[in-house]
Amino acid sequence: IYIYIYIYIYIFSVDDCLPALWFDLKTLTRVYILSICTARTHVNYEVKEDVAVIRMNDPTSKVNTLSVQMQNEMIEVFNEVLANDAVQSAVLISSKPGCFIAGADINMIQACNTSEEVTKLSQEGQKMFARIEKSPKPIVAAINGPCLGGGLEFAIACQYRVATKSKKTVLGTPEVMLGLLPGAGGTQRLPKMVGIPGAFDMMLTGRNIRADKAKKMGLVHQLVDPLGPGLKSPEERTIEYLEEVAIQCAKGIVNKKISLTKEKGMMQKVQDYVMGIEFVRQQIYKTVTAKVMKMSKGLYPAPLKIIESVKAGLEQGPDSGYLAEAQNFGKLAMTSESNALIGLYHGQVACKKNRFGVPERPVKNLAILGAGLMGAGIAQVTVDKGIHTVLKDTTVEGLSRGQQQVYKGLNDKTKKKTITSFERDFTLASLTGQLDYSGFEKADMVIEAVFEDLNIKHRVIKEVEAVIPPHCIFATNTSALPIKDIAAASIRPEKVIGMHYFSPVDKMQLLEIITTDKTSKDTTASAVAVGLKQGKVIIVVGDGPGFYTTRCLAPMLAEAVRLLQEGVDPKKLDALTTGFGFPVGAATLADEVGIDVAAHVAEDLGKAFGSRFGGGNVEVLKTMVEKGFKGRKSGKGCYVYTPGLKSKDVNPDIEDVLEKYKLTPNPLVSSDSDVQYRLVSRFVNEAVMCLQEGILNGPVEGDIGAVFGLGFPPCLGGPFRFVDTFGANKLVEKMKRYEEVYGNHFTPCQLLLDHAKDSSKRFHK
Amino acid sequence: MKWGQPLSLTLIVFSTATRSLSTSVQLHAQVQTKSKKTLAKPGVKNIVLVEGVRTPFLLSGTTYADLMPHDLARAALQGLLHKTSLPKDAVDYIIYGTVIQEVKTSNVAREASLGAGFSDKIPSHTVTMACISSNVAMTTGVGLITAGQCDTIVAGGVEFMSDVPIRHSRKMRKTMLALNRAKTLGQRLSLIGSIRMAHLTPELPAVAEFSTAETMGHSADRLAAAFGVTRLEQDEFALRSHTLAKQAQDAGLLSDVISFKVPGRDTVAKDNGIRPSSMEQLAKLKPAFIKPHGTVTAANSSFLTDGASAVLIMSEEKALAMGYKPKAYLRPAYGTPKVLARAGLTMDDIDVFEFHEAFAGQIMANLKALDSDWFAQTYMGRKAKVGAPAMEKFNLWGGSLSLGHPFGATGCRLVTTVAHRLLKEGGQYGLVAACAAGGQGHAMVIEAYPQ
Repeated sequence: IYIYIYIYIYIFSVDDCLPALWFDLKTLTRVYILSICTARTHVNYEVKEDVAVIRMNDPTSKVNTLSVQMQNEMIEVFNEVLANDAVQSAVLISSKPGCFIAGADINMIQACNTSEEVTKLSQEGQKMFARIEKSPKPIVAAINGPCLGGGLEFAIACQYRVATKSKKTVLGTPEVMLGLLPGAGGTQRLPKMVGIPGAFDMMLTGRNIRADKAKKMGLVHQLVDPLGPGLKSPEERTIEYLEEVAIQCAKGIVNKKISLTKEKGMMQKVQDYVMGIEFVRQQIYKTVTAKVMKMSKGLYPAPLKIIESVKAGLEQGPDSGYLAEAQNFGKLAMTSESNALIGLYHGQVACKKNRFGVPERPVKNLAILGAGLMGAGIAQVTVDKGIHTVLKDTTVEGLSRGQQQVYKGLNDKTKKKTITSFERDFTLASLTGQLDYSGFEKADMVIEAVFEDLNIKHRVIKEVEAVIPPHCIFATNTSALPIKDIAAASIRPEKVIGMHYFSPVDKMQLLEIITTDKTSKDTTASAVAVGLKQGKVIIVVGDGPGFYTTRCLAPMLAEAVRLLQEGVDPKKLDALTTGFGFPVGAATLADEVGIDVAAHVAEDLGKAFGSRFGGGNVEVLKTMVEKGFKGRKSGKGCYVYTPGLKSKDVNPDIEDVLEKYKLTPNPLVSSDSDVQYRLVSRFVNEAVMCLQEGILNGPVEGDIGAVFGLGFPPCLGGPFRFVDTFGANKLVEKMKRYEEVYGNHFTPCQLLLDHAKDSSKRFHK
Repeated sequence: MKWGQPLSLTLIVFSTATRSLSTSVQLHAQVQTKSKKTLAKPGVKNIVLVEGVRTPFLLSGTTYADLMPHDLARAALQGLLHKTSLPKDAVDYIIYGTVIQEVKTSNVAREASLGAGFSDKIPSHTVTMACISSNVAMTTGVGLITAGQCDTIVAGGVEFMSDVPIRHSRKMRKTMLALNRAKTLGQRLSLIGSIRMAHLTPELPAVAEFSTAETMGHSADRLAAAFGVTRLEQDEFALRSHTLAKQAQDAGLLSDVISFKVPGRDTVAKDNGIRPSSMEQLAKLKPAFIKPHGTVTAANSSFLTDGASAVLIMSEEKALAMGYKPKAYLRPAYGTPKVLARAGLTMDDIDVFEFHEAFAGQIMANLKALDSDWFAQTYMGRKAKVGAPAMEKFNLWGGSLSLGHPFGATGCRLVTTVAHRLLKEGGQYGLVAACAAGGQGHAMVIEAYPQ
């Protein structure tokens, strides 16, 4: 199903980079005594003239994380540096190519049982960074690669920051994406460093900031260009060069050539003056809080706690500020929201790995059939990954539209300056648009994205198999047609697989891969490898009508239609669903998906699953389609869409349709809360049934698929985590109540009943 | 504006052999057997460099300020005609190299040759390849002779930085072009009314390479850092260049320079960018591109220069038939390290090196790259380094840093200088190398002929 959803909190996704939270610093003395007899493996230093160069490198990992070991050794080295009379200043640098400090182990918080324990961790971190900040010997942080969370909090406690302009160098505070806050002084130092609005922007969005932007914001003092080929490898020499520049800076600070108090420009002075007015600050808190409430519907506690901590520091002084930060950090760590978001983070990391192994031959030439929204979208995310991409359509008009879509996607990146115009042009050179099958004899994989009609798909598969080489994989991008039915026309079903992308392909992170019992393991491995290259989060599911994602969505939409028939206004319906945490309301979702597609899917799945998928009358959707209300794409659906206008009004003409199919609501199951649970319980029950039937590999993939593909509320962590948190028994209880009124639409599946019976049964450990 | 792109190490090479024509053809053959080896190949037509000249290279904005590019190119052509007494109708083809094009004279070769009095029946075209544009003009000429299409070629290069095309913004251009097509007063007025302040911002010529958006100075600074070239090394090299250039100028060695009466101004006969300074003064300058920690400064970079050059290239038979004394043999191109290997030469066999000095940092980095086994193995697919040239043979009459670097004209200067130095110093082989924007480069070997 082509769903246009922007998940407003999207989970941070640097591979293997754990959001960093530095805490759990042991008391100095204890560590000092402990470390005397142990050799250091993670942190070391050397004195160059009078500058101590402190180098970090975690030998056990691809990235540096603030593990207990790293922290202990760091404190030990810091003490030695302070005690060494030959040292005037220090440089903090990572000797790992492309990573400064990506973070600490999230498990460290998860290992805590009470908020007090977590608060204590936070306070120890605060103390350590306070020592760094007050160090009589200036410390220059030399940053190359990710500097995130606790890594950033460490860096901003240093007196000076130099960063490389490498694309890998990003700074940020992603804690909010895990339902937490920067708990080692971040909420207190950032507002002073980058201003109150800038600090809120960083901490509330959690977004990564590139080095040049960080310089403009005042987050780093100096930038260093990454170097090309020289007498050593570029990476190695770049780190050396960064170190040389950082040493110069450290010396410059000591001999007063570099001033740490930078002269303020006129704008800065004005801004400081304005921010000095209490009334202005109060207005900012109010505006930011209102914005957060609007975006999060109050379902996410972390942003509010961040605002609270910043406010405490600015209005009541640092002592209150640091205390508020530590306490709020402790509270947040114990919330179900944080637990859910951290679960999604782990799930996302897991779904970025290929559990099917390395494919026999890598896909170097990919052909896509159909240059529509999906086909062109798939081309867009493929062509810049070093894969030669053929985009084939049947008409010049269709092809040009698709090529323009790919161009626009890349050109937008050029406008945002994430790529240069040269990179855009160079990338586009790997895209071939064509109307025939020439060159298909070289294709390693074909993805078809033609019209959703079994006969057309059969014709296409036969045409393609006549021209492709024997090793070539045939992937079909369908949202509901069972893959085995499509593969029935194939002469080599082991090479046939389903790849269900979500629209818009360049924005939606999920890829649902569907295997039939004939699909070979290597075919699956290859499809996953391509998806990972495209930057996707991948779930691999079994074949069946609607697979996993479409199958979960269909009953929820059927319920939404019934609610409309029962007289719930589309706006009210949307408000109730978004109020539950869905990023897009049910009525809007139907419009985005397309009323025709929804009708098509409802009918197909209705046939496959029988009356269980009933609820709303399919005729409602069909009548809407007949009247031309196909959703956003036709300008009218549940709402009327005016180009250029953001706000939308309910389509007055659907009233007649709904009137015709009007149902009388039963007041026993029609409260606002019941409306929400009627929608959600059908979704969740279907998800659990998919696990029960073996469509799903496990609850992790089920949660990831629901959140990243369908917009299931991230704060709930996915349908399975929701059952764990909410309680299967409570959910079953509600469903039984609905079942009495509506029948088998709400019959809980066996697995859900099992969990309801035995509260020790949980989907997530 | 494109300075030599210092990253380039892909070197196109063509070899030349300098010989004296005062000897007879028989003697010629005898001497050839005496030399270490001949770079001549049986069945391949011999092509010779007969003469090379250039206008004085001047800092842009000085005496040439009011000229146009073709004026400078014309002066070089006239100088060449004067020096060689070449009949104007004896030339088969004229090729010029240039980088920043004056839009009024986009085929500057044509404008200059017509102005210099060459027949309008002699075709002329303009080539561009950043800082090696005139090198390409020469190799294009070599190609035409080899193909048997021509016998006599004039190749050259010109660059004029005192004036560069500064355009209206794209928006303004669009409006102006639409204005041309507007039919009614109403249409015109509405177009004029659409002009906003933003339309008036001019568009300066890109100081950056289009594909990488990086300026040459910035690139040179990064290159120097990648090879660990210090500020001190760069300043020392710059000082050396200026000092040697001054000595060469004072000793009258720069005999390729012609004097040029600039209309409305004085006659210029000398390069004016040669300024030997002191290490102390050089050390005072702040970095020009990467601030504050960069190492490339205004003083250790080549400066914006106006100038033109020209060379006369002929087939050997034609040159001999016309009674010329050729200075060099020009041959088809190969790759630098390859040409050394094929000719059985090593860096030690080369007596005269003339390398283009876009930036001290760039040239020092190139020298370090040539001297690095790791670089040769990692980036050149060689087993071992080529080796760095000996400094006592290197750019002894100054270089682009001190003499100036009119982008399009430098290649001919380098070739002529090698020929002249081999004659003066009595060496046997010379090597010319130059880098260009876009990661390109050019090199050639020259074989001397005993006097």
